[in-house]
Amino acid sequence: MFSVTLSLLPAGIINGLMFGAIYALVALGLTLIYGVLHIINFAHGAMLMLALYSAYFLFKILNIDPYISILIVTPASYVFGYTIYRWGIGRLSGGRDQNILLITLGLSIILENSALFFFTGDQQTISLPYSYESFDLGFLYLSYPKLISFVASLVICVLLWMLMTLTDLGKAIRAVAKERDGARLVGIDVEHVFAVTFGIGVACLGAAGCMLLPIFYVDPYTGNMFVIIAFTIVVLGGMGSIVGALLGGFIIGVTESVGGLLLGESLGQIGISLIFILILIFKPTGIFGSKV
Amino acid sequence: MKLPFQSTFFMALGLLVAVLAPFGISSKFQLDVLTLIFFTAYLGQSWNILGGYAGQFSFGGVMFFGTGAYTSSILLSSFGLPPIIGIFAAIFMGALLGLVVGYLSFRSGLRGSYFALITLAFAELLRVLANSVEFTGGGVGLFLSYAPGLYNLQFTSPTGFYYFSLILLVISLAIAMWLEHSRFGAQLVAIRENEDAAEALGVDTLKCKIYAIMIMGGMGGAAGTFYAQKYLYIDPPISYSIALSVEMLLVTIVGGMGTVFGPLIGSFVLHTVNEIARHFISTPGLSLIVYGFILIVIISYLPNGLIGLFRKTQKNKEDNDA
Repeated sequence: MFSVTLSLLPAGIINGLMFGAIYALVALGLTLIYGVLHIINFAHGAMLMLALYSAYFLFKILNIDPYISILIVTPASYVFGYTIYRWGIGRLSGGRDQNILLITLGLSIILENSALFFFTGDQQTISLPYSYESFDLGFLYLSYPKLISFVASLVICVLLWMLMTLTDLGKAIRAVAKERDGARLVGIDVEHVFAVTFGIGVACLGAAGCMLLPIFYVDPYTGNMFVIIAFTIVVLGGMGSIVGALLGGFIIGVTESVGGLLLGESLGQIGISLIFILILIFKPTGIFGSKV
Repeated sequence: MKLPFQSTFFMALGLLVAVLAPFGISSKFQLDVLTLIFFTAYLGQSWNILGGYAGQFSFGGVMFFGTGAYTSSILLSSFGLPPIIGIFAAIFMGALLGLVVGYLSFRSGLRGSYFALITLAFAELLRVLANSVEFTGGGVGLFLSYAPGLYNLQFTSPTGFYYFSLILLVISLAIAMWLEHSRFGAQLVAIRENEDAAEALGVDTLKCKIYAIMIMGGMGGAAGTFYAQKYLYIDPPISYSIALSVEMLLVTIVGGMGTVFGPLIGSFVLHTVNEIARHFISTPGLSLIVYGFILIVIISYLPNGLIGLFRKTQKNKEDNDA
């Protein structure tokens, strides 16, 4: 029995890496928002759920392949994020940390239950023409959707990294993250940068939602699962660190996959909450982080 | 403690009305709604002690409720221990969980959003555990047999549960009143206002916060027994539901954090809103959408809750008089 499990281990690891790349993308949005705005967006999961539904309906109604939808859902998510921060969260919170947490909590309740109200609680999945085609690695068959999602997630992570390091916008974002008053003094529109950052963070979810849909399912509560996962990755990698989010995503993806293999599907989920608790208790700054 | 005559009078009057209510209310449904209002107010008060008075927001308050529910239910179904004793075991286990969670998170200095998230993670961890191990009945859940009697904390009529919830509510109000007038309560408020300053003044902040979360835990534990005996069924999603964690903080924030009657007012208002909303549209999710909006509006415009509205006008009046 145990040797059978052991022989499945490489497959489990690869599988974990595939999901890990998407987790990283989700966490990237969260860590970016935290790193610049110093706020915790509790509605992150609910916004991912919204992106999944967007991709779902684009496929069902207009028959657009989810991987093409990335080009639609990502910009739409950006606009949604920018708007909701600029005229919603930013104004209503008065800048207090706990207020923002509670307002985004309220937002997640509204989004989740609106989805329940309009789309019902049923789990939805889609099946693509190439859903069951796979790539032979020798020791395992890798389905095309997983492979595409993996590569596309990595590409987006790299693009984001380039945006942050190579462009003027990235420079402005980093300036605001480091020293918001100083940034204001040199003429950066800080409120605009905040909203842009929030928008980019939500745009990451838009892309992640499109890539998750072909290999996962969507229901109004999908986001809940990802909230804990994303927060775990972010504290693991260090709040605000892009590299940390990527690495953390892979670690959590593999832990979940291998944990499920060794402990069974149900108990396997424990790994994530447990890691989250342990890191927060023993090293709240994460692997790459420097401050809480 | 000294209370002004006026407020003592009104509280006694309120209690009298509450005690006599079942004789005036013939509808079982209305009595059930009142029971639910008291029960949620009680849970809200447990959240209020740590969140409202000590300023430590938890997003996983349900973990004490669930652990209490499992404690007394397992003791009953596996060992035949009557819930009237089991409820004390539930209180004990809730407080013990509070001690563990509080010690682990407060000792490492977790505050604000981090504390909120770690409590959420603990609740999730317990939900997965309850789903996976055998003695909780796993995903199938636990069915309790129907055997009414005070001994089992089960009652044939809604009136019995009404009084049960009323007793819980009165106890929670008494705890909050004690906090308002005790040194310990003042220490909690000092921690909420400025933890570093409190520490500098010699308040043992770690100990105070742990005591607060233990009180919260004990109260939550008893609530679990109440729920299990009323509905005779528990499973991991019910026992560790995020929705209940949210409801606890919601009623308190809406009513007014750090006040004795805030959770009760919040619970009353939200349940009334809920019943009215349900009257018009019975699609799932709608009342929670309304809750979400209420939470955002209250946080943004009424940080002291509905009770703050009343106090503000009173204060304005005083200012005008002077």
